[in-house]
Amino acid sequence: MRRLLVGSGAAVFAVLLIGALLEPLPGGIDLRIAVASHMAASGVEHPVTAVLLNFRGYDTLLEIAVLLLAVIVILAGGLDPAVDRPRAANPILQSLARLATPPMIVVAVYLLWAGAFRPGGAFQAGAVLAAAAVLLHLTGLLPSWQRPALSLRWGMTAGFLIFLAVATGLLAQGALLRYPPAQAGLLILLVEAGLTVSLGLILAGLFLFLSRDPGDEE
Amino acid sequence: MSLAFDVLLALSLIWSGVRCLSVERLDRAIVLFIAFGLLMALAWARLAAPDIGLAEAAIGAGLTGALLLDAWGALKRRRP
Repeated sequence: MRRLLVGSGAAVFAVLLIGALLEPLPGGIDLRIAVASHMAASGVEHPVTAVLLNFRGYDTLLEIAVLLLAVIVILAGGLDPAVDRPRAANPILQSLARLATPPMIVVAVYLLWAGAFRPGGAFQAGAVLAAAAVLLHLTGLLPSWQRPALSLRWGMTAGFLIFLAVATGLLAQGALLRYPPAQAGLLILLVEAGLTVSLGLILAGLFLFLSRDPGDEE
Repeated sequence: MSLAFDVLLALSLIWSGVRCLSVERLDRAIVLFIAFGLLMALAWARLAAPDIGLAEAAIGAGLTGALLLDAWGALKRRRP
């Protein structure tokens, strides 16, 4: 009886959702025209990158700030001094991971570079970098991070700091993050490079700080 | 041809989602979750949103999947 009720409720909700999708939005604004007409001033050729880092750069600035805050909260919570137990090392897995890591770094740099004119960008590149670190960790080649060293802390905050420095440096233009069209491409590439490194370290840090076995209990 | 592909993609998305939630064993659920993420990335690509597809494949399927697998391994080590 209860299953039937839940099932029919979900079905009615699904039908309503589909109905809402089919109905055209009344006051929908087509932003594609607005974006397309300002592409020349954005400094990049891919509309998604233009929106993320130029037209709505403020959102991206806050996104990296939120991710940085998440890592800071994890570190503030304190890392219990855990013993990093060496994992069962599989030589085939290890050599595969050794082979896969350099191409992953190249792919990350390519994604960062490609973001200017085709799908790609800092977030995807950072995720690939973090995935490389996680792969190395899971195969036992990279120990988990016990204590964040100074260089690691700088690396994790660098993206946000560079972004913030560019944003405040452009305050003279009259608004936060209003790039001058001539230098927009270069500034966006600088910001994205910083974002890639920091995102890779932050995402890997979320993983490597937390994925530790608490001591030798057994 | 492309319609058949889309229908197949939608059906396998729903199927992998249902299986991921209903399967008994945790390891199978995680693998099904990764498969769901990769299918979702394909769906985004079919919807002409390759940017979201890339992010979904890298973060949704790749990083989250690895995190879940690691958590599963830690759980298994803690209570054998």
